[in-house]
Amino acid sequence: MHIAEGFLPPAHAIGWTIAAAPFVVHGARAVVKEVRENPESTLLLGAAGAFTFVLSAIKLPSVTGSSSHPTGTGVGAILFRPPVMALLGTVVLLFQALLLAHGGLTTLGANAFSMAVVGPWAGYGTYRLARRASGNLLVGVFAGMMIADLSTYVTTSLQLALAFPDAESGFLGAAVKFLGVFAVTQVPLAVAEGFLGVLLFRVLTVNARPELERLGVLRPQPTDEATR
Amino acid sequence: MTRRTWVTLALVASVVALFALPLVLGAPSDYAGTDSVATAEIQASNPGYEPWFDSVFSPGSSEVESGLFALQAALGGGVLGYVLGRLRGRRSRATAEAPTSGPADTTP
Repeated sequence: MHIAEGFLPPAHAIGWTIAAAPFVVHGARAVVKEVRENPESTLLLGAAGAFTFVLSAIKLPSVTGSSSHPTGTGVGAILFRPPVMALLGTVVLLFQALLLAHGGLTTLGANAFSMAVVGPWAGYGTYRLARRASGNLLVGVFAGMMIADLSTYVTTSLQLALAFPDAESGFLGAAVKFLGVFAVTQVPLAVAEGFLGVLLFRVLTVNARPELERLGVLRPQPTDEATR
Repeated sequence: MTRRTWVTLALVASVVALFALPLVLGAPSDYAGTDSVATAEIQASNPGYEPWFDSVFSPGSSEVESGLFALQAALGGGVLGYVLGRLRGRRSRATAEAPTSGPADTTP
């Protein structure tokens, strides 16, 4: 989902930067507040950031014959709500833009908007809905992680279609083309990311129960109910 | 093995299968990154478009680049492993102390 450096016209680059900036500033304040009020959250916050860091470093093959990155932004969005991921996701993107020539500074705003804003919020919303509908934490985690990943790539496709509409079919034609590149490739990766999220939350529900109860992810339970 | 272990193994196997199957069954492909595929699409449909800004730093060789990606993964994996290890250690300490000292004291 990294739009390459210089590959958005200046007006789009500036527009997306302005759109993403308030979310990132708000996210930075959310992280500072969380760490200050609940210092015991720092460990899990680090885990959420680290999860995104690992997953977005790995390009994985897909059925379309292309490879692509997972995003890993769902974990932090589910644990700490989406604003913290606006900061953590942007830090990851900045690291890749500066050191790896992956993405870029001019496209940082657009990339942050897709990966650090839309992905976490769409994933969190899906998690809440799926969890309520199923009554099961892990079903919610799976759906939320998957949609956080997929919606990021759908956003990138639409951003590119907006900047480079097709000569004949316009925005819609370009959107279909870019969705064909990004979103279709991403489907198996998003499913895999859902499974990885379930694996991680199975570990957390056993080992980080006090934190999850305080964050409202698990209801306080004195008895050790089986968490499959 | 407990049911929990089986579920874990099934989840890990599913993740591996999702990436192994395209490689094994799919048509031969060089698995180009979608980011560069999109860039190529833009250049094909908008031949006049010139990127107006260059990366401040490019790793230069693909060897160095993959090393930096590995570094990123290692940093993330290291921190994640550290946190999960600490949480697990805290819990096993708590369960070990629980029978004698009543409610588990989680402070080290």
